[in-house]
Amino acid sequence: MARYEIRLSGAGGQGLILAGIILAEAVVKFTDKEVIQTQSYGPEARGGASKAEVIISDEEIDYPQVNKPDFLLALTQEAYNKYNRDLKEYGIMVVDERVDIAMRGGPTYVVPIQKLTQEKLGTRMVVNVVSLALFNKLHEVVESEKLKEVVLARVPKGTEELNEKALALGEELASNLNQYKIKTKEEEEEE
Amino acid sequence: MQGNEACVEGALDAGVTFYAGYPITPSSEIAEDFAAKLPRVGGKFIQMEDEIASMAAVVGASLAGEKAVTATSGPGFSLKQEIIGFAGMIEAPCVVMNVQRAGPSTGLPTSPAQGDVMQARWGTHGDHPALVLCPSSVADAYLLSFQAVNWAERFRTPVILLLDETIGHLRERVILPRKDEMVIANRKQPQGSPESFQPYDILDEDLIPPLPPYGSGFRFHTTGLYHDETGFPSNRPEVTHRLLERLHQKIDKYKETLFLYETYGLRQANQLIISYGASARSAKAAWRIAREKGLLVGLLILKTIWPFPEEIVTQVGHDKNNIVVAEMNRGQLIGEVERVMDKRIPVRGAQRADGVLITPEQILAKLEGVN
Amino acid sequence: MELEKYFRIEKLPHIWCPGCGHGSVMMSIVKGIDKAGWDPTKVVVVSGIGCSSRAPGYMNFNTLHTVHGRPIAFATGIKLANPELKVIVITGDGDGAAIGGNHLIHACRRNIGINVVLFNNQIYGMTSGQYSPMTPQGSMATTSPYGNIEPPFDLCELTRSAGANFVARGTVYHLPKLDNYMEKAFAREGFSYVEAISQCPTYYGRRNKLRSPLEMLEWQKKNAVDIKKAQDMDPEELKGKIVTGIFAEKDEEEYTSKYDQLISSVQGGKK
Repeated sequence: MARYEIRLSGAGGQGLILAGIILAEAVVKFTDKEVIQTQSYGPEARGGASKAEVIISDEEIDYPQVNKPDFLLALTQEAYNKYNRDLKEYGIMVVDERVDIAMRGGPTYVVPIQKLTQEKLGTRMVVNVVSLALFNKLHEVVESEKLKEVVLARVPKGTEELNEKALALGEELASNLNQYKIKTKEEEEEE
Repeated sequence: MQGNEACVEGALDAGVTFYAGYPITPSSEIAEDFAAKLPRVGGKFIQMEDEIASMAAVVGASLAGEKAVTATSGPGFSLKQEIIGFAGMIEAPCVVMNVQRAGPSTGLPTSPAQGDVMQARWGTHGDHPALVLCPSSVADAYLLSFQAVNWAERFRTPVILLLDETIGHLRERVILPRKDEMVIANRKQPQGSPESFQPYDILDEDLIPPLPPYGSGFRFHTTGLYHDETGFPSNRPEVTHRLLERLHQKIDKYKETLFLYETYGLRQANQLIISYGASARSAKAAWRIAREKGLLVGLLILKTIWPFPEEIVTQVGHDKNNIVVAEMNRGQLIGEVERVMDKRIPVRGAQRADGVLITPEQILAKLEGVN
Repeated sequence: MELEKYFRIEKLPHIWCPGCGHGSVMMSIVKGIDKAGWDPTKVVVVSGIGCSSRAPGYMNFNTLHTVHGRPIAFATGIKLANPELKVIVITGDGDGAAIGGNHLIHACRRNIGINVVLFNNQIYGMTSGQYSPMTPQGSMATTSPYGNIEPPFDLCELTRSAGANFVARGTVYHLPKLDNYMEKAFAREGFSYVEAISQCPTYYGRRNKLRSPLEMLEWQKKNAVDIKKAQDMDPEELKGKIVTGIFAEKDEEEYTSKYDQLISSVQGGKK
């Protein structure tokens, strides 16, 4: 793919920075694409809105920052408010169902990620891994098994089973993503 | 691999066995990584009570025979300056990694900047030389860290690895060179007997005296005062002159081998972008876009900024009709380029100092023929 | 004299003023090293800036004359790099108690095997007589022309509280006792602090009605109180006195030996 910019955002502590690192690591390990990962630091990373950014490209990545994301994940309202502005017009947006969003032109999915993670896995701790698997399945960056390998090497011992379930849930959400799609501006106007 | 982590890997591969530091954003990952890795190879890590103490401990460890490193950011770099000068004067090999953040003062601790370019050159008092390297990728961070340790040992001098927050915190793919391709330099050891040893007796063409570690039997005196070949203080003008000249000459003599840089698209170029550190990433993007637009633009990325690669800049820049210097400050290295070009060629600055990485568009805007 | 081998005879005479006490303290250190039986090639003497800090230049060991206030930090690097080395820091009341105070307390806290000897002449001599943190209250100095209103630091109390394994204070007048403290300090593992009350006739005595070195030594004799005796005296009586003796003698584990254990455990007991 040509340069593809990804922004994973949510509340500090949700583990999205780790998700970004895992994604970048998977790309380095299992593809011949170039990848760059950056993240928010300091107080920003600990509370309020926090983000991890990944750029994937077939070519050398010179300018290392995300300017116009092709993909935005926002798990919280604050993250959405802060980070949605520069999303590409036809970029993909995935938000948690509790986030109020403005109508837009690009493909937009409102997914009960946090709720389903809690219901199906009994904890929201792994919402980052669910999100990561959702993204990976949607874009097929690396094979599921490869992603699993990187995730399991990075998570605390004793949480492997939980994380495997989280990966499965994320993939399931990706497969059914169309049911969460909301109408774009144009579609609305057509009706 | 992250930029800060790559600095640690490069230093360890160059044989570093000692780290002393004080926590400061955005360099703390360097300390954390050394704290984890050094004991595994039998090395030593210590978190000192302040920035000054950590610089002092590094120089102490160096004299005891270790390859020693510290890392910091702007405020800490300011505090370390006196002892960086001391290390230069007594010729103690050591490496100071400065992951620049936006200043002055506490500034923006988690934002990139290149405001310490002149401080890296002139931060410590007196008329001293400086050896400063600027990585613009994670791979560079590894290689230049390795190189910094090697040069510190070979030239018996402090070497400054001047990163910025962007490169320090960046993760990207790095292909490390094979270990057997990396040549490690060690400080010179005395050939004669301890009895006849004079610590600053210059016997070799390279103007660099040997440095035996404490405890090896060679006893000598070291002082930050001007000293003669015996190591003892002297205020004789000829001794003062000789020492200061030698401190400069030992680096000047080899400076052409010290100029590390990359060039792109120089053939037929009539404009030139010069950049370094994280700004060079944006400069590379600007160069690529300009080329796509059909502009004849060349790019010079400096890895060694001090000593300033005057000869390289002259050689690459002399036939251009526009030179753009891209940096994240209000114009620091541009002064050197202007000095070298001596008003013969217009030199424009693409500058940014608001804690945000300079963009390719800002650099493009300074080129001629971009609409 | 057999102690001659520990000196760089060719560097003598020293730069200290006539009547200065620093030569005596330097000699006391050398006697201590001799008693300890240390191999001179394994001894590193580190100093900062000031009159006392010129001493290492005359001493035939590995000697390092550093920057103002930081010799303990340099010494920490040396000792941690090579724990086999015997590391002595020579500092003064300006170098050690003012600019270098923070390094002193942290070295005590770590209990790193460094022997600090502080030459306390109660004045900044090198810069011609400004008051230091250890200048007695009421004293005249170039920067306290109306008398010093600051109370002096008691570094023996400070270093004891901060965790030093050995702490003692002696005077140039009571030299045999000072020799004994050096011997004990050097024999003990961990951090040691020995304070030697020295005299500066040039910059302290002249301004404070102690006109000759002899008068200054008399002052030391008159005002020194043994720590055991001091325990039975009330604070009012102790005002202006110099409490001498051993303040701490402990055997807490030394820092670099703990670090070596850390290395072994991280490496899983194998190299």
